[in-house]
Amino acid sequence: MNYGIVSQEQLEAIEEILSQKLIKLGVDCAIIIDMAGNIITVKDNSKSKYDIYSFAALAAGNFATVDAMAKLVGETEFSLLFHKGQDSNIHFSKIDDELLLITMFGRDISLGFLRLNVVEAIEQIQKVWDRQE
Amino acid sequence: MSFINLKDKVVQVKIVYYGPGRCGKTTNLEYINRKFREQIQSEMVSLKTHGDRTLFFDFLPFHMGQIKGYDIKIQLYTVPGQVKYNATRKLVLKGVDGIVFVADAMEKQREKNIRSLNQLHENLQAYKESIFKIPLVMQYNKVDLKEHGIPVLPISVLQQDLNSRLQVPYFEASAITGYNVAATLKKIISSTVVSIQKKLL
Ligand SMILES: Nc1nc2c(ncn2[C@@H]2O[C@H](COP(=O)(O)OP(=O)(O)OP(=O)(O)O)[C@@H](O)[C@H]2O)c(=O)[nH]1
Ligand SMILES: [Mg+2]
Repeated sequence: MNYGIVSQEQLEAIEEILSQKLIKLGVDCAIIIDMAGNIITVKDNSKSKYDIYSFAALAAGNFATVDAMAKLVGETEFSLLFHKGQDSNIHFSKIDDELLLITMFGRDISLGFLRLNVVEAIEQIQKVWDRQE
Repeated sequence: MSFINLKDKVVQVKIVYYGPGRCGKTTNLEYINRKFREQIQSEMVSLKTHGDRTLFFDFLPFHMGQIKGYDIKIQLYTVPGQVKYNATRKLVLKGVDGIVFVADAMEKQREKNIRSLNQLHENLQAYKESIFKIPLVMQYNKVDLKEHGIPVLPISVLQQDLNSRLQVPYFEASAITGYNVAATLKKIISSTVVSIQKKLL
């Protein structure tokens, strides 16, 4: 897969999925990054202001660390990575071997409900990705 | 691998400062962070131990302006140089586009430089990258120590040890005074961007 270059149509389709599946639910921010820490796309409710480039670098490092720990203890991966805070939560999900979907959401969304929608969003994103190959 | 966004016309380029422990990688980024404020939009991120040794990486986003209508965002990283951190060093190398190898010019660090370079070679192979193909610049750091009477390796020896087969551009430098820090950065950015430009055509 040539994930290094993404077309305009692909990105628009993916942003639409993030809007429909996640931002509409009340998710504050949905970011797709690659495992090297590059940002593929960001969708937010325009209320939140994060330093997304630093965030992406740290998130990729975080995910890579957990992944390496999983292999050390003989797991192929820890599929769910979730950080819970006082007011906001961060959820990590693998789209494929190169891409990660990160969502940030507040107290008004339950983890279960979020996961359901993340799974659906990922299935749709994978289809957009595959079409390009 | 760099990431190219054709919609927003943004290219993200990952450059990693690699080298043995205490050779001055973090000091390079700190100097860049101080000197080029107008090209840096956010804070430098440093994941380090209490003793100021890099634990995972330093991260500094550096804005380069435009090339052929594309916004070039340079992401500078350092690796942790301590021997025991090779697993995290490897993680930082993931998707790297260009490398600055920072060697410690102090005489007593001679072996450590060579070992670190050899490990870089192996770590790149694990990602199916080649040290002979990836944009690479050598920096022989801490040359200022000469003036303080501390034995420093002659450039000819460093070249023989580290650069005789690679034959990449090299600089004597002093990260602490800033001597040739910007020159090193400019060189690695231009080599890396040239190699990426081919993808934009
Ligand atoms: N004299 C002199 N000292 C330097 C120079 N560059 C770095 N140092 C010093 O060397 C020490 C280590 O520098 P760092 O930049 O933290 O080294 P590092 O390569 O990031 O080390 P790790 O994070 O452990 O891999 C510090 O005390 C620096 O002040 C230099 O050009 N000249
Ligand atoms: Mg350091």
